[in-house]
Formats: sequence, C-alpha cells, structure tokens
Amino acid sequence: MHMADALLSPAVGATFAAGSLAAIAYASKKLKSTIDDKTIPLMGVLGAFIFAAQMINFTIPGTGSSGHLGGGMILAILLGPYAGFLVLASVLTVQAFFFADGGLLALGCNIWNLGVYPCFLAFPLLYKPLLGNSTSHKKILIASLISAIVGLQLGAFSVVLQTLLSGRTDLPFNTFLMLMQPIHLVIGIVEGFITAGVISYVRNVRPELLEQVMQTRPLDAKISIKKILIAFFVLSLVTGGALSWFASTHPDGLEWSLAKVTGKEELSGQHGEISGGLKKIQDTSALFPDYTFKSNSETKESGDASWPGIEPGTSVAGIIGALLVLGFVFLAGISIKAIRKKQSQS
Amino acid sequence: MKFDKEYFNIGRLDLLSYQDTPVHRLDPRAKVITTLIFILAVVSFPKYEIAALIPFFLFPVLLISFGDLPVGFLIKKILIVSPFAVLTGMFNPLFDENSISFFTLTFSAGWISFASILLKYTLTISAALVLIATTSFPGMCHALRKLGLPSLFVSQLLFLYRYLFVLMEETMKIVRAHDMRSFGKQRMQSHTAARIIGSLFLRTVERAERIYSAMLSRGFQGDVLSLRQERIHSTDILFAISTIIVIGLFRWHSLPVMLGTLIQGAML
Repeated sequence: MHMADALLSPAVGATFAAGSLAAIAYASKKLKSTIDDKTIPLMGVLGAFIFAAQMINFTIPGTGSSGHLGGGMILAILLGPYAGFLVLASVLTVQAFFFADGGLLALGCNIWNLGVYPCFLAFPLLYKPLLGNSTSHKKILIASLISAIVGLQLGAFSVVLQTLLSGRTDLPFNTFLMLMQPIHLVIGIVEGFITAGVISYVRNVRPELLEQVMQTRPLDAKISIKKILIAFFVLSLVTGGALSWFASTHPDGLEWSLAKVTGKEELSGQHGEISGGLKKIQDTSALFPDYTFKSNSETKESGDASWPGIEPGTSVAGIIGALLVLGFVFLAGISIKAIRKKQSQS
Repeated sequence: MKFDKEYFNIGRLDLLSYQDTPVHRLDPRAKVITTLIFILAVVSFPKYEIAALIPFFLFPVLLISFGDLPVGFLIKKILIVSPFAVLTGMFNPLFDENSISFFTLTFSAGWISFASILLKYTLTISAALVLIATTSFPGMCHALRKLGLPSLFVSQLLFLYRYLFVLMEETMKIVRAHDMRSFGKQRMQSHTAARIIGSLFLRTVERAERIYSAMLSRGFQGDVLSLRQERIHSTDILFAISTIIVIGLFRWHSLPVMLGTLIQGAML
C-alpha cells in the first residue's frame, strides 16, 4: 500500500525521506565498487521490466479478485540486495512522478516500506538462509513465501506507524493494525507465489543467471537458519508484547505519545495547554485579531465541545473568505487560459 | 483494457512535458525545489485546517494555465490515483470524539479533518502531476543529479525511463497474444502469469546484453552523460524566490480568514 502525502506530517515525511536517501547513497556506494559496467544497463532495463510486469493482472486462486507483482523480493533475488534496492527505488520514483502514486514527500516512506525491508532484511536474513544451495522448486516456494510475507508485514506495520506518528488520522492503533496486517498477509502470499513461479521458471531455463547473484555474495556459512528464525520469533514476541501493553494501557496511542512529547498528562481537555498555545499562535498570526468575535469565542471555550483555535466567528469568516479565494483562483486560471488561447490563435 | 489505458496515460504525461510554454522553459531545478517546498508547506498545516489551504490552489492553477495543461485529464488522474489517503481519512468522522457545533448544527470534528486530508491530497497530487507534465523526465533527472542524488541512481532512473515504453509495448504484445489464445477469458491464471513474467524477464536480460554491446561500441564508460548545458537564468531564480515568498505568506497568514473578517467587519 502506498503511503500518501496527505497523511504525513513534515517531520515524519522528512525523516523517512532522509532515511531512504541514505539507503540509496549507501547502496550506490556499495555497488560502485563491486559491479562491472555491464550491470548498469541490466539494472535499468530490469526497472522497466518490473514496471511492465506490474501491469500484468492475474486472478488470485480461490478469490474473485486480481493481483499483480510488487517486485521487491524478486529484484533482490535476481540482482542481489543493493542493485535490487536501487532498481526498486527507481521504479517507485517513476511511479510517484507518472502515476502520482502517493506523492513526492511520501516517496521516502514508500521506498523505505517497500524497498528496505524486502531487500535488506527479508532477502539476506530469510530467503538466502532458507534456500541455501538447494535448487528444488519446493524450497524456492517456501523461501519466497516466507520472505515476501515477512517483508510486506514489516512494510504494512511501518505504514501504520508513519500514519499514526503524523497524527492526521483518528484511526486507533489497534483498528488500523487489524485493517492493514491481514490485507498485507494476503498480498504477501500472492507475492510469494508469483515470485517463486518466476524464479523457478528462470532457474529451469537459464540457471546461470541466478547462480551469478548467489555466488557473488556467498552465503555466510556461520549463520544458521535456526538462530535467525529464533531471533525473528523473539523479536516478534517482544514487539507484539510491548505493543499490546502499549495498546491496552494507552487506548489512544497517539495521544499518549503526544503527551509524552509535550510532557503533559492530559491533552484532550478543552483547556489543554496545547490548545491554548495554538490559540495564541493563531491570534498573533492573524493580521486583524480585533475582527474575530472575541466574546463569542470566550463563551465557546467554556462550552464542552471545542478544539484548538476554531470558534464560530473565525469559521464563518473562514468559509466566506475561502469561497472568495477559491473563486478568485479559478477565475484567474480560466482567464489566463482564455488569453493564452487567443494569443496562440492570432 | 486496463493495460493499454495506463500505457497511454504515461505516454500522454510524457508528451505534455515536451511542450514549449513559459512554465516548461523554467529550469527543472527551480521547479523541483519549489514543488517540494509547496508540498512541505501544505502538509505542515495542522489536522483541522481547511480555510488556510484554499489559497494554495493558486500554485497548481497558475502552472496549469500558463503551462497549457489539459484540466480534464489532470482531474481524472487525481481522482483515480491510489485511494489510500481517502480510505484512511474516511474513518476520521467515526473515530474523532471531538464534535463541533456550527450555529445549530453539531457534527463530528472528524469531518473537518477528513476534508482537510482531501484538500491536502488534491493539492499535493496535483503539484506532483503538474511538475512531471511541465518537466521532461531526463531534464528532471539531470536536475536531481545536480542537487546531489548519486549518479548511479540517476543513470538507473534514466535507463528505466528510456526502456519503459519499449518494454511496455513488448508486454502489451505478450498480453494480447495471451488474450487471443484464451477464448475470451478475461483474466490470466497466476501460473500463466508467472511464466509470462519469467519469459519477459529472459527477453529483458537478452535485450540488456544487446544494449550493453551497443553502448560499448559507442564509448560507454559507466556513466550516462549529457551534452546539454543547464544554466540557471534570472527568470528561474525570480520564479523560485517569488513562489517561495508567496508560499510562506500563505503558510503563516490565513488569507481566507483575513478576507472573511474584513467583509464581516464591513457588513456589521
């Protein structure tokens, strides 16, 4: 699922954009020293390949709906984690521009959610150890399934975190999680099956293509699969336990974290410090504070239903003004278009 | 069919970016930077802000009108784009416990924040679409490299873009061939899809090998170079600075509220 600009706060968006840029710079640097020139066109054309492959829709067995390839896992398997990540990041960038999928600020989050987890976590820590040196179809299927599912679950969880940290929605943490994780379990299973299908096919027809990737970055023999699986299990237990505690003691996770940030216990009260602060900012930033209905706003503030900085006086003014500005903006657009048309005709 | 439609949509945006208008002639760097600042400013508004967001429509509207962009096409694109923001925002009216009373009406404050999300969504998506519709993708890639993106990643973007249309046409042929042999069945089976994608991958690898030999014979040394000189003109700087100042003004002063209070004051 693509994260969207409209749900992000600047802080969260900028943090993940910086993280993704750092990952791109790191992968570029790692690759520069290891690849030959030949890989550069291959990577580029494979980016276009993922784009085209994503447009092939197929039926998901057992359901009526259709799905398509995501591409994170398959790129990591075909090209190795660094090149795979760069290709996926480029695919997401082009998607953000041409399809406006999510938006430009959210691109950082999307590269992080869909690229970093499959390429840098799921591939080296799950796929490679699970597959080992085997070439059997069954093992490819199991390894692809598990790594695709884990990668997408992490991605979905990170979408939930980014959305809640941004604080633009009121979805409770638990509800949001219950909406996101199961959907992405289904998507992960489909992704795993299709990835395994493609990899098995390529292995049958041109096995040497896959061996290149597996050989250039040989499996670290010291790491045992058992240890990694146990580590993942413990990690999920710990996070799961911590999160359910968090969810049960603080029914509204966001408010809790906000209170933590501002150092205040109560936030939702109508006389909360934050709302007072916001009100102050609003008052000082308005050019004509005298015109707002001060008396009205004061009676409103003592009422039970109010939130920072909105009172009938300003909201009526806001509606009138907004309609006027909107009208003005579109009138300007239409007249410029008309004038330009005339100019081009003459 | 969905595939053809998406293909032509990308192609249309790409064609639009090669027009010659004042907006298209601006330096890509100026456009990229101002678009990013615009998006940051829009996104930085608090959850319940509506009125102050309206003046920001000036930015895409002016660029669309000066850039001769087809309004209907852009609106259609904004409407069909990923529904994630809309779906998530829809829950706000259900879960927001605050309520507001506006004269005699009382409703959940979530409606306000939902409307705010929709506005932000429209603004940010249209800014991104206007950017790509007025800037050629190679131009944008060179701008991004000048702004500090790793050159390997920029080459990657350029290659992807160069072969995007080639591979999409090839895929369209394969899908059409499949459709013709499947006797009117609408959707592909997943195991068929896996094989088709696999063979597409092999074709792609072979193509990459041919491309590489062709590039070698033309003196490729690991970097995609451009002969075009990108110079920043005074108009670019003027555009960037004035846009940023206006964005700042809109960000810190709610124009609609000021205008509305003025009118209310005049009427009373």
